[in-house]
Amino acid sequence: MRTCLIVDDSRVIRKVARRILEDLGFDVAEAADGAEALAWCRTAMPDVVLLDWNMPVMNGLEFLRRLRMEPGGAAPKVIFCTVENEAPAIREALESGADEYIMKPFDSDIVAAKFAEAGLG
Amino acid sequence: MKPEDRDLIVQLCAARSGQQLDPSKDYVIENRLGPVARREGFDSVPDLIQALRTRREDALIWAIVEAMAAGDTSFFRDRLPFEALRTEIAPELVRRRAGQPIRIWSAACATGQEVHSIAMVIDEIGGQFPEARFELFGSDLSERALEKAQSGLYTQFEVQRGLPIRSLIRHFEKVDDAWVVAPRLRQAIRWRRLNLIGDMSRVRGFDLIFCRYVLGAMAPAAQARVTQNLAEALNPGGLVIFGLNETPVGEGLFDPQGASAGVYRLHPEFRAAAA
Repeated sequence: MRTCLIVDDSRVIRKVARRILEDLGFDVAEAADGAEALAWCRTAMPDVVLLDWNMPVMNGLEFLRRLRMEPGGAAPKVIFCTVENEAPAIREALESGADEYIMKPFDSDIVAAKFAEAGLG
Repeated sequence: MKPEDRDLIVQLCAARSGQQLDPSKDYVIENRLGPVARREGFDSVPDLIQALRTRREDALIWAIVEAMAAGDTSFFRDRLPFEALRTEIAPELVRRRAGQPIRIWSAACATGQEVHSIAMVIDEIGGQFPEARFELFGSDLSERALEKAQSGLYTQFEVQRGLPIRSLIRHFEKVDDAWVVAPRLRQAIRWRRLNLIGDMSRVRGFDLIFCRYVLGAMAPAAQARVTQNLAEALNPGGLVIFGLNETPVGEGLFDPQGASAGVYRLHPEFRAAAA
């Protein structure tokens, strides 16, 4: 089963995303910030990361840059899922190694469409 | 909803647009009539239908028919047709037209996602064919849908259905909470209200027509009429892309191309009626 790590400091968002991703057939793990997510990835690299931007301890962009430098860290698809919806922010995320980008609020149709865009359909 | 009211709407749609409504889904009919009733200043759907019976105004009839015809749409819907356009169809048309304008028509463009998706593909591959001149057209039955299509303005929800994020960044600009298609793409598209079962004797000279998820909603006679109209609108060797589960109705008009994507080529012996 493909694995997805949800990284978001909101427990509610993690719960909603978990339900959608489990329906899409993913085995789901959760982290509340970038540092926790990086520790998780060093233990077991997921197939895909659903990544919030604004989080305490380590934000999503910092996590992404560090992930891509880890051994095996180029492999996971990374899909941002954030309220940051301005074009410069989206460009910065893509230039930092993001594969797709979801602008909150989201629903199951959007998540499914974006995962398909990232080759995870 | 009263059966006689439902039947009136079903008959109107069949006569005006060829659309075959499912009478057993009267809740769908009523749901779609609700916004029309509010917009036209009626207190309820029964009041709207009463006015329809007594006044028989053309504008009111079309407002209802257009509302019933509105379908689901998204950017790059089904993906495959757009990949076929990018990798096979556009290069073939460039070779075949040899410097003549290549005319592509989105025949039921609704709120514009399809024709804007075509425009994005053409924009992205344009550099490979500097000599080619593409002309894009969008038409729909619904004036309201066309207005939105022409505005090029889409909500955040709409741009996240089918549109890769890199395409959004490349081809759209953010305006407040919405996204608008870049002017260079919008300016490349010409728009027109058109009823595909109506008189299309002046609609000619296309090389590729997208007509997806139209036939499937129509009665057989209307399907045949539309298929014939599309055949007559094409240049020799021209192509139509139908919805993935749709097939053209009529003998000797089209031949399927490839295994998927709903692509059909005009039969080599087809000759259009004189305009």
